[in-house]
Amino acid sequence: MAAIQHQINFALSVADTTLILLHRNSECCGHGPVLEQDIAITNIALDLLGQSRNFYQYAAALINDVVKSGGAAALPALSEAFEGEVNEDTLAYLRNERAYKNLLLVEQPNGDWAQTILRQYLFSQYQLFLFEQLQYHEDTGLAAIATKSVKETAYHLRWSSEWVIRLGDGTGESHQRMLNAIGALWRYTGEMFIPADYEREMNINVELLQQQWSKSVKKVFKAATLSVPDWKIAAKMQTGGKQGIHTEQLGYILAVMQYMQRAYPGCEW
Amino acid sequence: MLQQDAENYFQAKIDQDIKIEPKDWMPEAYRKTNIRQISQHAHSEIVGMLPEGNWITRAPTLKRKAILLAKVQDEAGHGLYLYAAAETLGISRDEMINDLHSGKAKYSSIFNYPTLTWADIGTIGWLVDGAAIINQVMLTRTSYGPYARAMVRICKEESFHQRQGFESLLVLSKGSAAQQAMCQDAINRWWWPALMMFGPKDSESTNSDQSMKWKIKRKTNDELRQQFVDMCAEQVKLLGMTLPDEKLHWNAQRGHYDFGEINWDEFWNVVKGNGPCNTERLAARRKAHEEGQWVREAAMAYAKKRSTAPPGEGLVRA
Repeated sequence: MAAIQHQINFALSVADTTLILLHRNSECCGHGPVLEQDIAITNIALDLLGQSRNFYQYAAALINDVVKSGGAAALPALSEAFEGEVNEDTLAYLRNERAYKNLLLVEQPNGDWAQTILRQYLFSQYQLFLFEQLQYHEDTGLAAIATKSVKETAYHLRWSSEWVIRLGDGTGESHQRMLNAIGALWRYTGEMFIPADYEREMNINVELLQQQWSKSVKKVFKAATLSVPDWKIAAKMQTGGKQGIHTEQLGYILAVMQYMQRAYPGCEW
Repeated sequence: MLQQDAENYFQAKIDQDIKIEPKDWMPEAYRKTNIRQISQHAHSEIVGMLPEGNWITRAPTLKRKAILLAKVQDEAGHGLYLYAAAETLGISRDEMINDLHSGKAKYSSIFNYPTLTWADIGTIGWLVDGAAIINQVMLTRTSYGPYARAMVRICKEESFHQRQGFESLLVLSKGSAAQQAMCQDAINRWWWPALMMFGPKDSESTNSDQSMKWKIKRKTNDELRQQFVDMCAEQVKLLGMTLPDEKLHWNAQRGHYDFGEINWDEFWNVVKGNGPCNTERLAARRKAHEEGQWVREAAMAYAKKRSTAPPGEGLVRA
């Protein structure tokens, strides 16, 4: 039973992270700096939404199986929150701040285009390596979702890394804005590589992810004429997202996102 | 060729339903009318992203969120084709966008109304996209080739949006009392503005006669509006809702629905910029453009550096 709980938590953590990032990206829709890029970031939001739904559906099926077989007591945090079967919407719309397991990075505000782009890049660079691992995971359900998603993520990475380079090596102003974005976001990258218990139990090789990610980020930053912040300042790294300890941002995101389901409980839409 | 001969030849092509193409000779007024109309249409797509985009973060289910995101993204795509179609007439996208921001160019007044509840999203799909399709189906046969071809593609997506909107209202209409009330309220608020989308009455429309002769338009405002009323008066029955017009009733003699008078004071007032959201919509577009200035400059500066760099030094792959 403990193993299933780890499986569920891991799937929820991936689903939550993609959902919260797409929420942020979707805030840009209609407000992008140029029409083509408005379309691009909305496209990425749509891909992330599809990924997020797949992981929620996967988690919901596991939860429903456990509950059906009388094991609900093993899922205290989940079984209390819902009546009846769970689905993608109950998981997204009816869990509170402390139950969300998304990375802190993705809940940070859009800021300017530099910050929006850098957040996407730092995440996509991580997500690509994560999905590459998951493609070969012994859990065939997770492997199937990762296989389906990996091409999309490769595109998100290409698009966002090209923008990091373009802005870093663009004008004096764009370079400065990239530095500001790094200043704002870098401290949220550390937790990606501190394994949560559910990641460890699911045999996610987080050390490998960190090596791959650091190497790639260094390469892209170099092309962008930006330098990677010194890892010796690791003490400044913020953590807690994976355990449901968030920044103040998440509460507002959920208040907006969950408003309809909270105001009109139990309706079909 | 003499000017008069050119004009006769041009009109003869129109009369034979031969499309006018970008490199063909055309009267200056024909060019200007098309630029005005196509750019206005493009701006409507872009400004129209705002009221619907307003509900993306609050969509009640993940499926509805996906549908809405995809729809708003489609509108952006339509804006893109239409700007491209207008550019074939010798105006740049920057000029068109400046005209929008300065208030010189108009966009559809419907987008100056606020989206207050979730039901507004379905109602926009049903009524606003529905009205737009009636106009756009006509425009697939408009005389300017690039515009007509853009419309064929756009119409396919718009009719999909309309069906999605109607389906979303159908769910509300079968839902809780609160959902049904939300649905009726949204229909009440959007019905009259949707009728206004067809423009002034034929007797008051300044651009109509010449546009009909040039086959830029192929039906009058009043004809299109009647077609829309006839369609919606039937569809609303499927929802078990009503349209907010006491004068709406079937006229067997005419073979059409009769309907009440539009509040033309409201129509002109919104056109003049005094609608509920005119200020907000333009401010949002200007803000996006101004805040994007440094981004566009950086992209250009980078592209310039790359074009002078030795081959092979393009963007690295991460």
